[in-house]
Amino acid sequence: MRLLFGSSALAMGVVLGAGTALAVDLTVVSWGGAYTASQQKAYHDPYMAENPDVKIINDDSAAEGLAKLRAQVESGNVTWDLVDMVASDAITACDEGLIEEIDPDAMLAAAPDGTPASKDFFAGTLTPGGTNCFVPQIVYSTTFGYRTDAFEGEQPSTIADVFDLEKFPGRRALEKKPIGNLEWALIADGVSGDQVYEVLGTPEGVDRAFAKLDTIKDSVVWWTKGAQPPQLLADGEVAIASAYNGRLFSAIAEKNQPIAMLWDWQVFDLDGWVIPKGTPNKDAVLKYLMFATDTQRLADQAKFISYGPARYSSGPLVGKHADLGIDMKPHMPTNEANAKTILNFDYVWWADHRAELDERFNAWLAK
Amino acid sequence: MAHELTTADGVPLRISLERALLRSRIRAALLVVPLMAFLLFAFILPIFDMLYRSVENSIVAQVLPETVVVLRDWDETGDALPDETVFETAVADIQAAFKAKTLGRLARRLNYEKPGMASLLRKSGRRSLRITEAPWSEQLIKIDRKWGDINLWRLIKRESDHVTESYFLAAVDMRLDDLGAVSWQPENRQIYLQLFWKTVWMSGLITILCLLLGYPVAFLLATLPLRTSNLLMVLVLLPFWTSLLVRTTSWIALLQHEGVLNDLMVVVGLISDDGRLQMIHNKIGTFVAMTHILLPFMILPLYSVMKTIPPSYMRAARSLGATPFTAFVRVYLPNTVSGIGAGSILVFILSIGYYITPALVGGRTGTFISNFIASHVSVTLNWGLAAALGVILLALVLALYLLYDRIVGIDNMKLG
Repeated sequence: MRLLFGSSALAMGVVLGAGTALAVDLTVVSWGGAYTASQQKAYHDPYMAENPDVKIINDDSAAEGLAKLRAQVESGNVTWDLVDMVASDAITACDEGLIEEIDPDAMLAAAPDGTPASKDFFAGTLTPGGTNCFVPQIVYSTTFGYRTDAFEGEQPSTIADVFDLEKFPGRRALEKKPIGNLEWALIADGVSGDQVYEVLGTPEGVDRAFAKLDTIKDSVVWWTKGAQPPQLLADGEVAIASAYNGRLFSAIAEKNQPIAMLWDWQVFDLDGWVIPKGTPNKDAVLKYLMFATDTQRLADQAKFISYGPARYSSGPLVGKHADLGIDMKPHMPTNEANAKTILNFDYVWWADHRAELDERFNAWLAK
Repeated sequence: MAHELTTADGVPLRISLERALLRSRIRAALLVVPLMAFLLFAFILPIFDMLYRSVENSIVAQVLPETVVVLRDWDETGDALPDETVFETAVADIQAAFKAKTLGRLARRLNYEKPGMASLLRKSGRRSLRITEAPWSEQLIKIDRKWGDINLWRLIKRESDHVTESYFLAAVDMRLDDLGAVSWQPENRQIYLQLFWKTVWMSGLITILCLLLGYPVAFLLATLPLRTSNLLMVLVLLPFWTSLLVRTTSWIALLQHEGVLNDLMVVVGLISDDGRLQMIHNKIGTFVAMTHILLPFMILPLYSVMKTIPPSYMRAARSLGATPFTAFVRVYLPNTVSGIGAGSILVFILSIGYYITPALVGGRTGTFISNFIASHVSVTLNWGLAAALGVILLALVLALYLLYDRIVGIDNMKLG
């Protein structure tokens, strides 16, 4: 009896083993909503059509991605296979040894003309902050949108206008964290864009930034989730709001809200993939990653959401919006007309000062 | 002469009975085992793990194992830098940590104490590989002159213990200065003490608001005819079953600047279009939304107590000459004290730990300490500080609970 049971268990094991060798479930963590939908259509669906043995499961917890990833790796129980992260989080995760290192030319597809991946991704984007664990997908920007019916005559067009309550009265919405806001405050106060971090590196510079923020403090609604600012604009709660450009595009083009973009000193940031250390499906993930970050796939994603693909070779392939049929190129943050003035986060500087300035910012808010 | 009773098989009855009882006790215990195991692994152990994280500090000794040892002989109270041996060991430790990719975690840890350590260690990691021979100190200082700062070595020595008090100090707006003495944070960075205080007094006010609004409702529920009171009960329970997020966002739609309530007041002429009231994204928003969300936790215990008070008590008091007011204050109210106590402590403790609602409607002035704990857990990843704040909050709740026990008595509480 025991013998019989043992052998049938063995047989079952063989069957199951064969089954798992054939089919792989990949858990891919991303931001949910329109963003995951764009990845589903541009990456997941075509990949699953080509590889029927792979099933991609979406997990929408990227907002707590870093914390959950650290918990998984620390407890040795890694259930995620691929995680979508912003560059600053990827730097932390890489520094802490939570994610796999990436060898771009071996692991990522070359451009159609044969340019190796290490040269085809935007310069420096594969190695944010000097780390080497990150595969960028998109360049997104945090920029401003304003209500077109809020001001008579002249419309706001510069970052200084955002801070000018006399010329452009009305409430503002800003993200509830110091990153970005301090830089903008300094630029609005007359510091030139390439000297922002130099000025911010001095105590007087920080005071100056907070003093500038003081001038609009009483008129600011602070947001914490990306979906809030377009909603605040649409409801007429605020006249000008900082927001992710893709969210603004969706409110303007897809939902026809009376909102316009203000591209002055948009803050560029990167969003991309990282592979958790200890994923049980590393080979399958690498195969997927090679596909999902090739030139065509990155260009395809821009059909569904207005974020710029992070490869040089993808740029010319960006076409029309999948449903609306409008040309997506003018809506890309990387488009020449929009990117006249851009600010790149200094990740290394922020890694040093974030904890300190977070506290100061929160103390300032509570006052 | 009493002789011992035995069962049919000769075993003394007493022993046989005990055996039977023991068996049933074990059976009963076994039934509880799954729950106990679940509580142990899913609740009690994680709490202890969290408590421990608030003082845990093995990272420095882990990443710089040899440096920590040789630093013991260095006198940090003097004004001389550590000697060449320390620098040599530190270079070796940094090189090894860079290769093992553990330097990043050390960088984060030390950066909490001294801004600038993150970039210093990151920079030094790769470049330290070039240092292969003496002079060690000179070359390390050449990478970054911060290595020649005596306070940096004081910091490393101070944090080389396996436990640290610095998270708890940070949680009460204090810090250790370069010489290891406790001092206040600079004033523009002090935030947590006032947040604890704000959390407590706002929760207290929310509890009082819940009591004022909930008491009459519970009274109606307990005294109206069954048909009407059942309908009323549904009205109390329906929001209770609705998603927290839905209820919170509905309040945003109602109270916001261009929201329903403001629109209504403008139409009626109570306020002008320019004078719309700010009722959300501030303390008022938190009060209103939290009071609404926590109201059922006040009404239900009150209701269950009021249901047990016979209506004849009030009639008796009236017939003995009491005014309705006196009858209520002297007879009815004292009978509901256990319900008031239960509801209040329930609402207060829930409120003190709430974070989704204050995060959404609290704006910059109406957020609680729990919002910061959540942010340190999931955004800044400073789990040590989050744990320290959590421990203080836990201690605060326990202290208030004991105080409550002293004043009202926990036996007087009645949850239903």
